[in-house]
Amino acid sequence: METPLLKVDSLFVDYPTSRGTIHAVENVSFSLEKGETLGLAGESGSGKSTLGLSLMRLVPYPGVIVKGSIKLDGTDITKLSENEMRSIRGKRIAYIFQDPMTSLNPVKKIGDHFTELICTHEPNKSREEALERAKKILKNLGIPSERINDYPHQFSGGMRQRIMIGLAIALNPDLVIADEPTTALDVIVQAKILDLLESLRDAYGMALILISHDLSIILERCDKVLILYGGHMLEYASTIELHKNPMHPYTQGLLQSIPNIELADQRLRAIPGSPPDMLHPPKGCRFWPRCSYATEVCRVKEPPLVDVGHNHLVRCFMHSKEASRH
Amino acid sequence: MSKIRSKLNVLKHFISEFTSLTKRGPSGWMVIIGVIIVLAIVLMTLLSPWISPHNPAATNVGPIRAPPSAEFPLGTNHLGQDMLSRILCGGSIMLQVSALSVLVCFLIGVPLGLFSSYVGGNVDKVISLIIDAVYAFPGLVIAIAIAAMLGPGVINMALSIAVVYIPSYFRIVRSQVLSIKELSYVEAAKAIGAKWHTILSRYIFPNVVPSIVVIATINFADAVLTAAGLTFIGLGISKAIPDWGWDLYDGWRYLSSGAWWIITFPGLMIILIALGFTMIGEGLSELLNPKLQH
Amino acid sequence: MGLRSYILTRILLTIPTLLLLLSAVFIVMRVLPGDPVALHFEKRATPETMEAMRRVLGMDKPLWMQYVDYLSGLVDIPYLFEHGYPNLGKSMQTFEDVGGQIFSAFPATLELAIYSTLIATLIGIVLGVISSKHYHSIIDHLIRGFGTVTYAIPIFFLGIIFQLIFGVYLRWLPTGLRLSPTVSPPTGLNIGGIHIATGLYTIDSLLEGNIFKFFECVKALLLPSLTLGLILSGIFIRLTRTNMLETLRLDFVTAAKARGLNESTITYGYALRNAFLPVLTMMGMQFAILLGGAILTETTFSWPGLGRYIVDRINFRDYTAIQGAIVMFGLFVTLVSLAVDILYAYLDPRIRY
Repeated sequence: METPLLKVDSLFVDYPTSRGTIHAVENVSFSLEKGETLGLAGESGSGKSTLGLSLMRLVPYPGVIVKGSIKLDGTDITKLSENEMRSIRGKRIAYIFQDPMTSLNPVKKIGDHFTELICTHEPNKSREEALERAKKILKNLGIPSERINDYPHQFSGGMRQRIMIGLAIALNPDLVIADEPTTALDVIVQAKILDLLESLRDAYGMALILISHDLSIILERCDKVLILYGGHMLEYASTIELHKNPMHPYTQGLLQSIPNIELADQRLRAIPGSPPDMLHPPKGCRFWPRCSYATEVCRVKEPPLVDVGHNHLVRCFMHSKEASRH
Repeated sequence: MSKIRSKLNVLKHFISEFTSLTKRGPSGWMVIIGVIIVLAIVLMTLLSPWISPHNPAATNVGPIRAPPSAEFPLGTNHLGQDMLSRILCGGSIMLQVSALSVLVCFLIGVPLGLFSSYVGGNVDKVISLIIDAVYAFPGLVIAIAIAAMLGPGVINMALSIAVVYIPSYFRIVRSQVLSIKELSYVEAAKAIGAKWHTILSRYIFPNVVPSIVVIATINFADAVLTAAGLTFIGLGISKAIPDWGWDLYDGWRYLSSGAWWIITFPGLMIILIALGFTMIGEGLSELLNPKLQH
Repeated sequence: MGLRSYILTRILLTIPTLLLLLSAVFIVMRVLPGDPVALHFEKRATPETMEAMRRVLGMDKPLWMQYVDYLSGLVDIPYLFEHGYPNLGKSMQTFEDVGGQIFSAFPATLELAIYSTLIATLIGIVLGVISSKHYHSIIDHLIRGFGTVTYAIPIFFLGIIFQLIFGVYLRWLPTGLRLSPTVSPPTGLNIGGIHIATGLYTIDSLLEGNIFKFFECVKALLLPSLTLGLILSGIFIRLTRTNMLETLRLDFVTAAKARGLNESTITYGYALRNAFLPVLTMMGMQFAILLGGAILTETTFSWPGLGRYIVDRINFRDYTAIQGAIVMFGLFVTLVSLAVDILYAYLDPRIRY
């Protein structure tokens, strides 16, 4: 089998604080092929942003990657030097941040954002060439090239997000990580941005990781899904599989809470309870306090990750016993 | 009987809080070291009449301008006075002036701040305007102007320094009160008919105390430095009493003789005590309002 | 509110503050001590002498009239144009115009203020940036410790130590004065009939083309500005560090790192450029304060500026001169603070658009 583009194995990310260590990501593994789209779903605090940033080794202080490997085309990037990592960032892996209003340098023109990026990674290119490329990219994104000398605050939120996307794909990266790319935008712009990402993916053949708390977006646009809760991966399968056969109670709850406009008079169903306190997470299965199926063993032991067929992984005692029966 | 017991409890509470500082990381250690330094210097000053080898004010106990030796570990100055003895008690004036000025500042600045912010409205605006005007003015100049007019003496020095720092107390108290004033438990107290002095003393004041303590320690440090500065210019105390600031000025006049010991030791002592207070203040401030919490 | 209305409001607010300041100085210097003339003579003069002095200085008039004279003297524009300085009364000691004395002492203070501020900000920014980039490391703690300790050092003590080391022991640098008495002060440039002189010895000696004089001036400037600069750098270290730390955690900095940009590009082009504004305004404020004369430093180094002028006047019990100097000082601080506030409003993009 060919080496996947991205292979994450048993990743652990911690934040040591004065009040205790937060295990933001615990034992997460997944893989991604060239051109595939992975959806990272979870509530806020589930660790999905931390996971995304750790793929760039940009976890903010005091966070550290304590264990595990992240292999990009076979090379473990957790072992690279900072300089080597810097040449990968922006060029082979790109990141689109959540809030377009604060992700651009307020004192730099848009054009300068691009030329800086291009000239850093491709020093043989002149500033003029870089500027030309920037103008082309912006045009493809629907931003008139005359605006290349404008400052970020002169653009709307949707346009700024498009500029961010433009910066992300400027150097044809192999992988783009989009962290809640539409949360800060209104619904109509949301759809446009997601369409844009899709068309870029098709045009350039890049892999995409979509991080979102909105499962409906992920189901719509991704090839496979990873459900994250309290830093633990609870379910991992292709989108079709997950939609057809949601195994984990949490996933089922998420799917049920997606409002359906066709069903009139339907009450919104939410999952009871709230996300765990990451300083003092529950023992055993992270989800048991909110699970209607929780049993004695769930409160004490953490369920193992089990393959229930069709490369569908679940972390739940309900299914591990079943699986062990086969 | 219960009042005495409750006061004892407060004391016990303070002591346990203090010892727990060791567990609070580098800021806690800063406070502890600062307190040790300050207490050591105060103790040294208090005990100086008994531990000084010579009379600090007596002249010609040794050769003129002699470098440090076994007999005079810190050397002698141009009047033949023993520097060690002068260093041991030289902090006395400075400590008195600073303590007095802090007291005055506290007695005037805190009530004024409480009153102005609690009353609010135009009264508050006018008082704040005046205070801000004083605050914007560099402290040393004000202190010099007042000291020049009042003349030498411990009380006069203390007053001139106090005037400079009253605005700091005022502003801190005022900003704290303004943020507490609107909290619901104060509203609740008002609703059950609590009088203004009860609200101030039982609800607002206890919350303001930590910030006041921080300001007071920094005030102390500044007061020491300003007192030294005033003495250096000649607006301090009269010559008779041994004083670090005075020795600095004295040593400076004989700079070309190269007698570094007359200058260095008093200077180091001033730095030490200022540092001690600053460490307490900064450590406390960091403990109470941890900066950049993640 | 727009920039224009902000400026207007700010200026209008300055007027009562200024009035308050001037009145406060008047009260402290004229009213509180009782009779400044008597204090000046320390009761060692005949009543006739004191009366004569009072008449010359206009202090025999009733108090409210003196107050009016005092205020009107300051806004006396014809006087200002005629003499080149405002009417601040006459010295008790020499009966010269106080304004004139201050005017001649000012350039020395200005020169010291400029170089000290430059040194302080340079040291402050460099150390602050380094400190912020090595957050919570030994370097960070050392630099912060340095900032704390410099705050606790009496400025004249540092000056004296420098004098001792560099002036007495090593004999590299002079221990005082702007220029050695054997060298005549630089006169600046004469083109045609126009005389260009700034009063700043360093600039004037360059204008004159006299390199030797230039070095002599620099040698004399070095110790006092270094002393002031070192002590003041603490404020800038702390300010730069705090602002850098805040800015470095902002989204656009992480986004820049995610694009693989260089360390230096991120530190300077992204972080510092955005963190710099408060530092700039602090520079202005510190400069304003220094303009009033770094009293202790000037005394230590016998630097003939405003600070030393005030101290000398105190020693001569020249109360009218002291009053004039403090008024001048207050005016400087107020006006420069005003300018700094307006500059900040202008530079802050939140007000620009």
